Amino acid sequence: MRAGLLKDGKVAFGLGVIALMLVAALAAPWLAPHDPLEQDLLNAFQAPLWKGGDASHALGTDSLGRDILSRLVYGARPALIVAFVAALCAGLLGTALGLAAGYFGGRVDAAISRLVDIWMSFPSVLLCIVLAAVLGAGLHTVVIAIIVIDWTRFCRVVRAETLVQKSRDYVASAVTIGLTPGRIVAAEILPNVAPLLLTLFTLEMGIAIVIEAILSFVGLSVASGAPTWGGMIQEGRLYVNQAWWLMALPMACIILAVLGLNGLGDGLRERLDPVKAR
Amino acid sequence: MSALLEIDGLEVRLDGGARLLRGVSLAVEAGRVVGLVGESGAGKTMVSRAVLGILPGNAHITGGAIRFDGRDITRLPEVGRRHLLGREIAFIPQNPMTALNPVARIGPQVTDVLRLHLGMDRTAANVRALQLLRDVHLRDPERVLRAFPHELSGGQRQRVLIAIAFACRPRLVIADEPTTALDVTVQKQILRLIRELQAGSGTAILFITHDLGVVAKLCEHVVVMHGGRVLESAPAAALFGRPAHEYTRALLAATPRFDRPGDLLRPVPADLAARLEAEVRRLDGDSPDAVA
Amino acid sequence: MSASFLLRRLLWAIPTLIGVAVVVFVLVRVVPGDPIAMMLPPGATAEDVGRLRTLYGLDAPIATQFLRWSGEVLTGDFGNSISLRDSVANLVLGRLPATLELVFIAVLAACAAATVLAVGAVLFRGRWPELAVDGGTGVALAIPDFLWGLLLILVLGVLLPWFPISGRIDPTLDFNPATGFYLVEALLRGNGEALASLVAHLVLPAAALALPLTAALTRVLKGSLLEAMHQDYVMLARVKGYSKTRILWRVALRNALIPAVTLTGVQFTFLIGGTVLVEHLFSYPGIGNLAIAAVTQRDLPLIQGLILTFAVLFILTNLLVDMTCGALDPRVRS
Repeated sequence: MRAGLLKDGKVAFGLGVIALMLVAALAAPWLAPHDPLEQDLLNAFQAPLWKGGDASHALGTDSLGRDILSRLVYGARPALIVAFVAALCAGLLGTALGLAAGYFGGRVDAAISRLVDIWMSFPSVLLCIVLAAVLGAGLHTVVIAIIVIDWTRFCRVVRAETLVQKSRDYVASAVTIGLTPGRIVAAEILPNVAPLLLTLFTLEMGIAIVIEAILSFVGLSVASGAPTWGGMIQEGRLYVNQAWWLMALPMACIILAVLGLNGLGDGLRERLDPVKAR
Repeated sequence: MSALLEIDGLEVRLDGGARLLRGVSLAVEAGRVVGLVGESGAGKTMVSRAVLGILPGNAHITGGAIRFDGRDITRLPEVGRRHLLGREIAFIPQNPMTALNPVARIGPQVTDVLRLHLGMDRTAANVRALQLLRDVHLRDPERVLRAFPHELSGGQRQRVLIAIAFACRPRLVIADEPTTALDVTVQKQILRLIRELQAGSGTAILFITHDLGVVAKLCEHVVVMHGGRVLESAPAAALFGRPAHEYTRALLAATPRFDRPGDLLRPVPADLAARLEAEVRRLDGDSPDAVA
Repeated sequence: MSASFLLRRLLWAIPTLIGVAVVVFVLVRVVPGDPIAMMLPPGATAEDVGRLRTLYGLDAPIATQFLRWSGEVLTGDFGNSISLRDSVANLVLGRLPATLELVFIAVLAACAAATVLAVGAVLFRGRWPELAVDGGTGVALAIPDFLWGLLLILVLGVLLPWFPISGRIDPTLDFNPATGFYLVEALLRGNGEALASLVAHLVLPAAALALPLTAALTRVLKGSLLEAMHQDYVMLARVKGYSKTRILWRVALRNALIPAVTLTGVQFTFLIGGTVLVEHLFSYPGIGNLAIAAVTQRDLPLIQGLILTFAVLFILTNLLVDMTCGALDPRVRS
């Protein structure tokens, strides 16, 4: 199955995108031609290559003369960190609660489900922004905001899947053998829920990148001038009439990242779903 | 004089090559009731679908002809077929619980054929619909017209479906096991209703069933199918009195008889079934895809 | 739809609202960054700050503040905005019609587009239109409304300047509406110029909001249409002599809408949440636009009022979706 997995177009594309982002993030100091924070006011608004600019600034410079390519490369860092950490934590929280709700049922389930319902009647974007404003600028803010907003996504899906698995025979037999709930969940249910979790995780990463972009767009993400794609979009928007590429290039990065991660999630879901895979 | 419906050597195959109907021939004369019997999987439903032009997507007519009123309807374009269906040839489906549109009231589901095929306006169609519901002995037809399908019982829904079938006074009605999904007391009533309507309108009926008892009550002519082909075709009296084919005899023996409750029921003997299957394989030739 | 059903739903909404109110209330008061200090000019004394704080009641313990606020809210007093010097109620009600019009147009467009696309995909099943629809919806779903807004600004607002990218109406036009419902008034009064300008300004923001919803709706509707086409009642329709298109539009679609609406119900609330960013992007004067400014300004009363308003809108939307399901499916009604 592994080999076939890589041949799947969507999975390959998604993995490629992640690889690209990882390389950019890890090797930024070597890949980026300039210091992303270095300002050069005399060279502001330089056009990118295809518009007649020179190769030293292949993608042009922004309003403060900073090299766009370098900023884009460095921008992969906060995106990737946030995506990974936030998705992981949201996943852990949501999965734990989902498993509990699905497995124990009864009042535990009722309580958790009600919590999820109330949570979902919050306007999430607004809540996100309020939270970010409350917690102050910084990557940790973004991560916490994403966890708080999106854990319900994991919870609902995992709960539904747990309910299905719980009714299966192998769980009944595990109970009769006398295994504790903890062991049953860990040993019997979790492995069957795992493929689903993987696809949710990749989708969540895509969502996290977008939320990070939104927060930096409204100025609530990392405080310093450290480049984030969302921040670059916000800056670029101010000059969209003179230098539209300032906004378009970071947007392209985000869209690529999101499409890649979503493609990966979709491809994984199609491949790992034992019913659909043929 | 040719029959109203003539099926002549009909062959139907699946896309993969498997044969569903192997040279089926039968005829329904105008105004007569013909029973088409066989076990499930014999191909009876497939015959009706071929006539109506609603074969499943992966099945196709690969040989033979179906003639209605002398015209080969397998070669009809879509438009021509649509004129026939509902108007000259009607259908009574098997499952009354799923055959009606759940989100529409009964009224429009009866009047639509009247307006589509007979060009009636709304008022005239409603009047006629009411009469049709009375003809099928539905109590309180006004309420039924306004009701949704889920508000009616299975028997009531089947009566509605029968009313729809007879609405445009078709010349042929194909009834596909219309009583199978109903419980026994209701079955008798529905059969009686169909007989009554047939006698009154002189419609020809092709009655598909696996129940020989039903055939005995209703049909003048009987066609026995097995494995996608016709094994015997005879007037009812002859078939029941002196069945020609071994399989028919076996079927009769397997049918419970209320007037002889002490009789042993004998299932179709295994060796007979095997022999029939071998015959089929031989007829299909040595092609590897000749699986029933 | 029975009255008791509606009543039960509304009653259940109350604890939800209270929950939302409490959480928000507590949350914004933990804010670092003092809104009072931001209001006063530099050089204000600690005394001035203290007095202003007392004026806004921010010196009392949180519980007391909450009780006071709840009491005021129940009498319709949402307090005054700290940053905009007007009552919260006025601000919100003044801008609500703009958002409602935007949301209405977006939902309408999404439903119409989804219907056409789904039916088209089914009619041309196995051929390129179906593949195009599948691929297109995949992309549209992956990209959130915020990014669509930016893309639309870039492509249709700047590179090909076909549509305006900010505001609600051309300010130079001679249009003096009495209410906040500009679109409705322009229609009723037959003011063609104003109508054209209003619509032009609505196109991009409505498209940004509608695209993800359209994609989700199309996918679900296509699936349920295909499912419906396999049902016995569709076979009966064919046997009655219906044409394929008639079956699709009159019989299958009507049935397919039920699971489609049920499954995508929550997407409609996402659309409302999406107005926060989209209105900000397009400088569209609705309540979403107020929200971001309110948060960055730490305008507590306004933030609270806005979040409550959104929560109410969410609840109403869910209610509307449920009622629609009931209207579509007669089996549910009894």
